Amino acid sequence: MMSIFYILVFPGFLFLSAFGLAAQFVDRKLCARLQNRVGPPWFQPLADFIKLSAKEDIIPEEANPSMFKLMPVLAITAAITAIFYIPLWSVNPIYAFSGDLIVVLYLLTIPTLTFFLGGWYSTSLYSRIGAVRALTQLFAYEVPLLMSILAPALLADTWSLSEMSLFYSVHPFFWLFNILGFAISMIALLGKLEKVPFDIPEAETEIVAGTFTEYSGRLLALFRLGIDIEAIVGAALLSAVYLPFGLGLGPAAGFLLFVLKVLAIVCTLSILRTIFARLRIDQMICFCWKCLAPLAFIQLFIDLILKGFIVR
Amino acid sequence: MHKVVIPIGPQHPALKEPESFSVTLSGERIMKFSARLGYNHRGIEKACEERTYIQDVYLTERICGICSHSHSTCFVQAVEEIAGAPIPKRALYIRTLVGELERIHSHLLWLGVAGHEVGFDTLLMYTWRDREVVMDILAMLTGNRVNYGINTIGGVRRNVTAEQAKEILKAMDTLEERTKYYIQIATKETTLIQRLSGVGVLSNKDAVKLGAVGPTARASGVDRDVRRDDPYAAYADVKFKVVTDNHNDVYGRTLVRAGELLESYSIVRQIIKNMPEGPIVVKVPRKIPAGEAVSRYEAPRGEDMHYVKSDGTEKPERVKVRAPTLANIQTVARMLEDRQLADLPIVIAAIDPCFSCTDRLTGVRRAGKRKKDVLKWEELHSYSIQYYREHGIDFTDLNKKMMKALK
Repeated sequence: MMSIFYILVFPGFLFLSAFGLAAQFVDRKLCARLQNRVGPPWFQPLADFIKLSAKEDIIPEEANPSMFKLMPVLAITAAITAIFYIPLWSVNPIYAFSGDLIVVLYLLTIPTLTFFLGGWYSTSLYSRIGAVRALTQLFAYEVPLLMSILAPALLADTWSLSEMSLFYSVHPFFWLFNILGFAISMIALLGKLEKVPFDIPEAETEIVAGTFTEYSGRLLALFRLGIDIEAIVGAALLSAVYLPFGLGLGPAAGFLLFVLKVLAIVCTLSILRTIFARLRIDQMICFCWKCLAPLAFIQLFIDLILKGFIVR
Repeated sequence: MHKVVIPIGPQHPALKEPESFSVTLSGERIMKFSARLGYNHRGIEKACEERTYIQDVYLTERICGICSHSHSTCFVQAVEEIAGAPIPKRALYIRTLVGELERIHSHLLWLGVAGHEVGFDTLLMYTWRDREVVMDILAMLTGNRVNYGINTIGGVRRNVTAEQAKEILKAMDTLEERTKYYIQIATKETTLIQRLSGVGVLSNKDAVKLGAVGPTARASGVDRDVRRDDPYAAYADVKFKVVTDNHNDVYGRTLVRAGELLESYSIVRQIIKNMPEGPIVVKVPRKIPAGEAVSRYEAPRGEDMHYVKSDGTEKPERVKVRAPTLANIQTVARMLEDRQLADLPIVIAAIDPCFSCTDRLTGVRRAGKRKKDVLKWEELHSYSIQYYREHGIDFTDLNKKMMKALK
């Protein structure tokens, strides 16, 4: 019974959807204010969702209907599943086992995979180009992201998120050594969420809407919601790994702190997406492998040295 | 690798007007680019021949929604040359003033569009906000934000008052400050430079060979500007620099347009300062004597050319328009050779295309025939009568009735 509550209400589907839509509003409003626009009212993301859900689903004749319909659901499911293993306001997540860090990262890769498959199975030219770009991009940002997230885990000497949190609450201020990794993960998260400057797979002036060109109605609404939830889960993972302070505050204050941390990350992401132009796919890959990956290595070295000299 | 042909247009988010391009891709690389013009053909030249000269001024103004003043001035200049009308100095100054304000709003618009094409929407929002300043000035001067309707044959229709002049000078100061800020962004923001520089390269030789005009040519080092080479209106009286650049790419075109903005502010200031007193219009007879004239005008997008032939009646016998985009569209295929798909929107946008101005001809491809054939006017007329007859509509009786009623 409790599991169903976890999955459907808190911290599962309902909570994540509400938080995702709220974060989307914060992102859109902040971006609009930075661009000298008025921006949407607070209920706009919800209104968009309801309106899209009421529209007709159009599935291209050539497309594979079952795959086409499955992909948005899969994207949401994967993102929601990941939240159960992330410590939110205490050191203990809802479920934990040793090695859950890898599982969370794996689950967060699935939405990108669904973008690829959804685009590929909708058989439109624009969708297919977008799909291939999404996959190409995945190979560029995934390695720096993995390496920079593994560095703090290496310092804590564990593959489990809860034990990592425990380590960092025992050793406060150690998270300050991981600031570089935090920056790298932030940039990689921009790529994961396909936001400017890495919105190459859905670059509207080139390939209309990329993967989502053929999606409409409920399926598109689900995809959009999936991306919002992915943003929350990604931000929650980053806050758990890089900002592991204030975890012993108790449920109410702890929850507030968690929301603040996630919103801070969301705001940083929207500031980043406001101040850059979209890169080309070759420039993006070049940047990820030539700048981000070496920086992630430096983060790894920092943590290795720390572990060798100080922690022991 | 597998080759795919993707259509860009006639309806596509990258294009602000319908035009059909098809791109052959190998992966992300462009193998072949072909443009098919003609989606926006409106028959304006023919319509001009059916109307009086004074009506044509308003019609030519509607060739383009952005450089509307360019087209109407260009047409009016040709007609005035045939009529031999002495245009008052003040009218010429006001024409120049509106022309430069139009260049400012067009270039600011382009800067925003360029930002949008490379996914930098913040630049779009900022430049279009500042463009409102010059749009308000134009609305104050002429009563309209676009299609100003200030030209008439023999001069201009509205005067500039001293208060308006003060407002304009104030607006120029704000805009100059903002433009300097944009130049700073364009020359310092890394992602923007990465997307612009080295993209859409057009060598000086190619620019000359393909007949590029305007900022597209000037960014390839072709020092050509009608305002200086063949001064019209009041350009002979103002001092300005023709901005050229040797980057040969989209980055260079951005710098040229930004530089031209700064020059335009200085031209507007000089015009306001030196504007002579006097009448703003002379009377020109409705019937223009037989003759022909070619008029050139440096529109924001490049050299615009109008040819007018009159036969002594109140309607022109022939009007021919060569909009700047027609001269520049040839260069796009060269710029896109062996480039990435991601560069396509910005390279097309970099010539600041205006397809509705360009489309002068529609080729008819009849089913079954492989070749396009050009129909003469009489053939088209009889074809249309036959077409409607086949569909059960006969206009013969209607025509006869109308002729009777007219008599």
